[in-house]
Amino acid sequence: MSEVSGPQVEALSGGGKISSPTTRLRGGGLVRGVLPPLVAFGCFIGIAYLFSYVLLSPGRRFLMPPPHDVVSHSFFRGRNLHEQLGAMWDTAQVSITGLVIAFLIGSTVAIVMSQAKWIERALYPYAVIVQVTPILAIVPLIALWFGYDFTARVVVCVLISIFPIITNTLFGLLRVDANLHDLFTLHRASRLERLVKLQLPHAVPDIFVGLRVAAGLSVIGAVVGEFFFGQGNPGLGNLLNLYRAHLQTDLLMGALFWACFLGIVSFWVTGFLANRLTRNWYEEHR
Amino acid sequence: MTNPAGTATAETAVGAEVIAFRAAGKIFPDGTEAVRDVSFALHRGEFLSVVGPSGCGKSTLLRMASGLGPHTSGEVASRAENVGYVFQDATLLPWRSVRKNVELFAELEGSSKHERARLATEAIRLVGLEGFENHYPKALSGGMRMRTSVARALTTKPPLFLLDEPFGALDEITRGTLNEELMRLFVSERFAAIFITHSISEAVYLSSRVLVMSPRPGRIVAEIEVPFGYPRSPELRYDPEFGRLSSAISHALREGYE
Repeated sequence: MSEVSGPQVEALSGGGKISSPTTRLRGGGLVRGVLPPLVAFGCFIGIAYLFSYVLLSPGRRFLMPPPHDVVSHSFFRGRNLHEQLGAMWDTAQVSITGLVIAFLIGSTVAIVMSQAKWIERALYPYAVIVQVTPILAIVPLIALWFGYDFTARVVVCVLISIFPIITNTLFGLLRVDANLHDLFTLHRASRLERLVKLQLPHAVPDIFVGLRVAAGLSVIGAVVGEFFFGQGNPGLGNLLNLYRAHLQTDLLMGALFWACFLGIVSFWVTGFLANRLTRNWYEEHR
Repeated sequence: MTNPAGTATAETAVGAEVIAFRAAGKIFPDGTEAVRDVSFALHRGEFLSVVGPSGCGKSTLLRMASGLGPHTSGEVASRAENVGYVFQDATLLPWRSVRKNVELFAELEGSSKHERARLATEAIRLVGLEGFENHYPKALSGGMRMRTSVARALTTKPPLFLLDEPFGALDEITRGTLNEELMRLFVSERFAAIFITHSISEAVYLSSRVLVMSPRPGRIVAEIEVPFGYPRSPELRYDPEFGRLSSAISHALREGYE
């Protein structure tokens, strides 16, 4: 990968020079958009090889397995791939369930907080407390209340991902233009009408910003939850723990890849949904 | 919904009294005195412009007239059961199409679906936005957004329009066109209007009367009658009398600073 990235640069930019102005523009965008992360990727892989083959003695090579070993052992051995994909699916179920619950509770809390300043003042400190409490510190409590299986893992997920949903939704609900509020007042809108026809639609882009952050966090929450609460179908967190115990670093990295993949997919899906929903509403700010 | 008296006297210059300020003033809770001792009466078929330096309380005056920001002294007697409030920003809902935006007020006031559609169709026709009903505000020019905003205000058939520098953010040509269209609406609908502007020529062109305000606390330093009849043609701007009125207003504005 690192060897081909050099010639690739020249081939792409050289092709751009002779094409028509419009294709050059588009080609230039592609080069600018795709090439830098590709080059960076090549560098990372190169560094990984440097560590495995140059800096580490063969006896300690397991600490940093060469990338092709990670790929072939994790993704091209049926049993391992099956194990990791199955675990990813379990993790996905936890994180999606957690995200949906965090969204339902979080947006409800934000709506309640938006209704009166004193309610906001009363609840906000507790939202912050949920955010800053280390999960590790409340693991015993969660275990006592919810046991060690799916429910406990979902609870961790909700605790980790709820805060950005609350704050972003609240921000969107409260940031409505004062003139629009005045118009609703002049035409005798009820509190509910104001919420449903003005504040909630106005908050949609912000809700999605919150959801996007929360989606990534909920995957983290699910994996962290699986570390502590491993009963039932424990997913990637448990698998990572297992590989660590067996010093299977190549598989550990494979599982890590799937955890990242899950996070990126949920980040991307929420971004896609937000764009689909609001692309007619606002100008692109780029 | 429409005032029958208003329509009956459409051809006569002035109808029933819509709103009256009597020595009205406003002091904000923080102690700032925004408006002091303002008195005027406005009738249906009268177009009143308010000019004055920035921060002189013009917008506060409109809020007092609408009841949104009540006066703290004197009296404001309004007979307008609803007002058409138009801001400098079109204040449309970006998630609603033009038609849905125009229907908003009727929707909030609980009109039936059929009634809403009828009112919106009529208002959209009045401002010349036919064919754009399904566009979102994002796809419209500034001038067309403002037309949508005016159409929305028209749906409630308000006897009183409060216009807070509605064309201030538009380019000169669009502004001129919208001035003429506003005049046309004023002539056909015979509402009363309070129009806030920084442009003296816009004020003279549109108004039957111009109030000049002083810097804060805003007081009325001059009240200038504009004797031209309606409708007016754009050429009126080159009339010597138009120039005399403009310079009188400009003079009063300057005096207000002293």
